[in-house]
Amino acid sequence: MSQVAEQDATSVPGDEGFDGLRLREVTKSFGAFTAVDMLDLDIPSGSFFALLGPSGCGKTTTLRMVAGLETPTSGSITLGGEDITFAKPYRRPVNTVFQSYALFPHLDIFENVAFGLRRRKKSDVDAQVNQMLELVELTSQARKKPAQLSGGQQQRVALARALINEPQVLLLDEPLGALDLKLRRSMQIEIKRIQNEVGQTFVHVTHDQEEAMTMADTVAVMNAGIIEQMGSPTDLYENPRSTFVANFLGQSNLIESSVKDRAADVVTVDMHGIGVSIPVARAHADGDKGWVGIRPEKVLIGEQGEQLDAPGNSVPGGVVSDVSFVGVSTQYLVRMPWGQELQVFQQNTGHRRLFRQGEQVELSWRPDYAFLLDYSQDAAAGAQRGSEG
Amino acid sequence: MSDFTRRRGAVGYLLLIPAALWLVLFFVIPFYSLLATSLYDPSGSDFRGYEMTYEWSNYQHALQDYWRPLVRSLLYGGVATLLCLILGYVLAYAIAFKAGRWKNLMLVLVIAPFFTSFLVRTLSWKLILADDGLVVNTLQAVHLLGADGRLLATPVAVVAGLTYNFLPFMVLPLFASIDKIDHRLIEASSDLYANPVVGFFKVTWPLSLPGVVSGTLLTFIPAAGDFINAQLLGSPNQRMVGSVIQSLFTDANDYPAAAALSMILMVIIVVMVFAYIRRAGTEELL
Amino acid sequence: MIGRWLRDHLVLLLGLVVLAYTFIPIAVVVLMSFNAPESRLVYQFDAFTLHNWLNPCEDPSMCEALGRSVEIGLASTLVATILGTLAAFALVRYDFAGRSSSNLLIFLPMASPEIVMGSSLLALFVASGFAGQLGFWTILVAHIMFCLSFVVVTVRSRLAGLDDDLEQAAMDLYATPSQTFWRVTFPLVFPGILGAALLSFSLSFDDFIITNLNAGNTTTFPMYVWGVAQRGVPMQVNVVGTVMFLISIAIVLAGEARNRQRRRSLTAGPVGAELASARRPS
Repeated sequence: MSQVAEQDATSVPGDEGFDGLRLREVTKSFGAFTAVDMLDLDIPSGSFFALLGPSGCGKTTTLRMVAGLETPTSGSITLGGEDITFAKPYRRPVNTVFQSYALFPHLDIFENVAFGLRRRKKSDVDAQVNQMLELVELTSQARKKPAQLSGGQQQRVALARALINEPQVLLLDEPLGALDLKLRRSMQIEIKRIQNEVGQTFVHVTHDQEEAMTMADTVAVMNAGIIEQMGSPTDLYENPRSTFVANFLGQSNLIESSVKDRAADVVTVDMHGIGVSIPVARAHADGDKGWVGIRPEKVLIGEQGEQLDAPGNSVPGGVVSDVSFVGVSTQYLVRMPWGQELQVFQQNTGHRRLFRQGEQVELSWRPDYAFLLDYSQDAAAGAQRGSEG
Repeated sequence: MSDFTRRRGAVGYLLLIPAALWLVLFFVIPFYSLLATSLYDPSGSDFRGYEMTYEWSNYQHALQDYWRPLVRSLLYGGVATLLCLILGYVLAYAIAFKAGRWKNLMLVLVIAPFFTSFLVRTLSWKLILADDGLVVNTLQAVHLLGADGRLLATPVAVVAGLTYNFLPFMVLPLFASIDKIDHRLIEASSDLYANPVVGFFKVTWPLSLPGVVSGTLLTFIPAAGDFINAQLLGSPNQRMVGSVIQSLFTDANDYPAAAALSMILMVIIVVMVFAYIRRAGTEELL
Repeated sequence: MIGRWLRDHLVLLLGLVVLAYTFIPIAVVVLMSFNAPESRLVYQFDAFTLHNWLNPCEDPSMCEALGRSVEIGLASTLVATILGTLAAFALVRYDFAGRSSSNLLIFLPMASPEIVMGSSLLALFVASGFAGQLGFWTILVAHIMFCLSFVVVTVRSRLAGLDDDLEQAAMDLYATPSQTFWRVTFPLVFPGILGAALLSFSLSFDDFIITNLNAGNTTTFPMYVWGVAQRGVPMQVNVVGTVMFLISIAIVLAGEARNRQRRRSLTAGPVGAELASARRPS
């Protein structure tokens, strides 16, 4: 079963009149390998939804099942109340922007964009295509072949070609992966703007967590065929419910601790001899032990004994083991008395001094920023090499 | 991995059957006919009909009478293949590594001459290698050839003709293989102290081996069976086994002998090919 | 200075030399097509004349043989291209038992000596009682046989190189399987099919060894040349050779011109500038 139990109730099973995209217990197996495992998903009509996860997690397979390019092994997919689980791709009101763009090389841009309209025997093709080309600013390239366009231009053609058919759901399969950073950023804004304008449901599949958080209203984090957590970008980032989500979005410090007390509104744990409290709404561990999670940018670093702005959890005895000046911030690695190195990001506001390697420091954070995760989960799950998502 | 990779079902068979059937009928089954024919009683004829007497002695006689042309075919074919390898490798290498944007054009230029008739081209060689032609005169002038030496009606002319005519069969597979080699590997080798010659033998050559294997096979096999070059450019002393087989069929009407000789040639080639492939170790030919 | 330039460009020069070498006999063919031979038996250039070009069918049996070759070429190309294309689709797109044996079967004719293939076909025809009917049809059968493999291999490689996504994109855009095939797959495979057809025609036209054994009384162009090689070659043979060469060069140049034109519009103007700055190397 997908870890649906703890997620926010954006899905209301059995809700009549739900006119968005609904997946129920969708499973896809290739022989012994299960790519998607009993997936439940409700995507409201008109929202910008991101399916986020590392390569191989099953997000692309899920997308292809919605498009009709794969058939679920079991489960159902409904759109606007209609069951489309086994409908052929050419009979679904769903269009896809492929990762490789898949522009028809033997047709010019105009004909590429017109393709869907022509298959559906729409009249007034010329006017619609010209209008769409204007929307994506490619009017001057209309008669060129795809090979003559740049990567960014091809991407816009792929988008135009799908959008022009006014699908109920537009699927985007990592469409920005092949573009360089600057172009990717501008396209993210562009696509978001277009979605606001046309108002159709967009489902965006990506492995880039920054991209997902920037563009989407709702993000579902997927791992090994199941959804780990779903919610708004803020929810997911600030209050992760599993180590995978905590590590996959941004970075987290996860510190071993044992649960000492569970009160109505706060859980107190013993973290290597230091008492740490976590609000109950942010405590997602049931057993005797748990991972205390705190994001590096929420940790304050100060001299030993210094009074820090954040009264609450105070952790003395750290020694700075690495300092990286990254312009916007300074990133510290602080070795704690129990051997673990914690990450601390301090924004270079100019108000606080920079610490040097070898200095003894004290760390502190506000309890409302910490979260508690199930100890049985792998503390390294979802962690990625490098800082790009 | 998707539902789209390959479809199963009867349609696949339906599409394949016509071509497969044609090949089975006119490529596979004929070999049985050949085998059968080679075992007919040689005293029959296509006139009176042949009697099947499992005459294995046909093979013995064929070998006894015609081992010289047989050996000659393998020899000329082998030498021509070697020459093709040298010339072809240079050409393929030049096109793959040094041609830049002329690559496609040069490739097609390699094949273009071979769209003229094989026989007409070979006749041209007869002119080029003629006794008082430019080539012979030049060679006589630099004393590579005796004062009354000739090229025509010598093995040299035959091998030269074979080399010329089968060059594309060598160049194309070689090119396909060499072109795939990542240039950066050569750069890496030179960064690691290998001079260009060493770089060639340690990096380029080994990586091009699949192309070398398929090129040499695709060249040797038809070259050994060819006889047009031998007939037009050589004398009866250079007679190759192909021409013997042909005249046994058409002139002497000795079908069993011709069939036996043909089978022998095929078996020898098949054995050589398998041994060669086993040795070279590339099964990806197919 | 020169030495340095030579060394850097040695391989390229050698390559060009070898390439030139392949064209020498063609030059001879073209030259000889303008030849007015003194003697029928001595093959050498004697005098220049346009006579051969103006009277190509001076020996009517040559033109007859030429016509036969073209007929057989067209017919065998048609059949081999159709059957071969179907087979290529089967091998690339479908999964069934015996696929690898089929691949082997397709490959073998390309690697067999012609004399052996010709001999075995003759043996088959004789054993089946067609010894008296050797001629156009037996030649045709043989030609289709050996052209099939080349067609399959050519079309197969073109088909296998097609981007998988394209057909899925077409279906995503409301094209039924039939529409997807005719509007996307077929146009993209077509250059391969065309190339296979051209290859097939030239293989058929030029074949001697297999044809000769199975021709009976029919004469194709290569057989004609073989015949006259002993008796005295009319120079019109070189006219035919030259024309064939010119046609193939024309096809090459046409293809290259199309490529160049495409490349030119690719790099010109603002698109070029955008390409230079925005495109990421793949």
